[in-house]
Amino acid sequence: MELQKGTQKLKEGFAKMQKGGVIMDVVTSEQAKLAEKSGAVAVMALHAVPADIRVNGGVARMADPSIIRSIIDSVTIPVMAKCRIGHVAEAQIIQEIGVDMIDESEVLTPADEEAHIDKKKFTIPFVCGARNLGEALRRINEGAAMIRTKGEPGTGNVVEAVRHMKRINQEIYELKTLKRNEITIRNKADELRIPVELLEKTIEIGRIPVVNFAAGGIATPADAALMMQLGSDGVFVGSGIFKSDNPERFARAIVEATKHYDDPKVLLEVSKGLGVPMKGSDISTIPKEQRMQDRGV
Amino acid sequence: MIIGVVGIQGAVSEHLDMLKKCNVDSLWIRKAEQLCGVSGLIIPGGESTTISKLMRESSLFDSIVDLGKGGMPIYGTCAGLVLLAKQGCENVKKTEPKLFGLMDMKICRNAFGNQKESFEAEIDFEGIGKYPGVFIRAPIIDKTWGNCKPLSFYDGKIVAAKQSNLLATSFHPELTDDIRLHEFFIDMI
Repeated sequence: MELQKGTQKLKEGFAKMQKGGVIMDVVTSEQAKLAEKSGAVAVMALHAVPADIRVNGGVARMADPSIIRSIIDSVTIPVMAKCRIGHVAEAQIIQEIGVDMIDESEVLTPADEEAHIDKKKFTIPFVCGARNLGEALRRINEGAAMIRTKGEPGTGNVVEAVRHMKRINQEIYELKTLKRNEITIRNKADELRIPVELLEKTIEIGRIPVVNFAAGGIATPADAALMMQLGSDGVFVGSGIFKSDNPERFARAIVEATKHYDDPKVLLEVSKGLGVPMKGSDISTIPKEQRMQDRGV
Repeated sequence: MIIGVVGIQGAVSEHLDMLKKCNVDSLWIRKAEQLCGVSGLIIPGGESTTISKLMRESSLFDSIVDLGKGGMPIYGTCAGLVLLAKQGCENVKKTEPKLFGLMDMKICRNAFGNQKESFEAEIDFEGIGKYPGVFIRAPIIDKTWGNCKPLSFYDGKIVAAKQSNLLATSFHPELTDDIRLHEFFIDMI
């Protein structure tokens, strides 16, 4: 066997090493170090957290490569970075910097409203957001090695992440009860716009065929535990940590809550006296055109 | 016989699946109390800094050190290899994860570079033969001493070692379909 790099096994394997962990959004190397110290399994390097992207308005793009580089140099845990949906060149630049995983993310302003990046052409793995099974499987078919719920980023409101995770769980359940004949399988695959083989694999293993995290609105240890109880393999926390009163305590508490998600005694302990979480916003107050989750379907 | 897989973070279910394929009962270990009745332990890959930190905050860390010293067979993959070592490189010291300090070896974390440098390659494993190595941001063993013996090399670097009841590989057998390394460990019990 020749030496091989960038195989699907290596990409999905990398994602498996993140399971049970918390991946934190950071904008400086100081924040990255704090995240690492607090037990994050990886950090997401950004120029602004989603809550600020929302407030700032304008076009949200990939972070400055020098910021990403300084974050890579400051920690030993993996570093991820976001590129715009469909922006192949941003993804190429991010891969070149030496990032471990790319998030093709709806948090940034989409660059292509028709197509996502052909992720199989890259050496490093991608994570993509999904609201439902069809979106998840289409991203996997494009080469994504990891899926996360979209939720509604930058809101500190977990309701959309819950909706997306439950929707995916429900659709997987429905697949299991699907009549296993050629026509229904082919029709379902057509409906989801994915190859029959990927659908059959999903039915066979009874879950999303790659690691599946929760993201988009997780702001407290209890939010993280809730998403884990719904079947998430781990959580991304965006604005929830560095927009809170006490980032270090929030970071540690969310890591503990993700590990002990089914132990209310521990959840109680880590939730006490944390200070004020990020303020957050009600989904109904966000105009439809400002909803990030509708991007990249 | 039950083999426990330390389930703090990382590729836990993959090890449990491999043990099932080997027809061995297994247990997902999250608390020290679960360790009684287990005849062997696997410490999976994940983030060594995170795993070490989370274990130190429970009594799991000290219990595993005691069991390892007492002769229980323990197998560490990737991050698990890092934790079993007595000494770490500068890269390990930077984040100060506490190591179990059970095996006479010095390791270097993330020795090949970032994910772009992760690779698959066939390796020779002493006692098994050719084996598909899956290396993900993998550590290497810089040197061994005392009773710790290298079992496999890649490109001149030590990627597996054994010291009486302890086994460590810098690659991930749980991500392959090849159960021989898990069988090798089961034979140590």
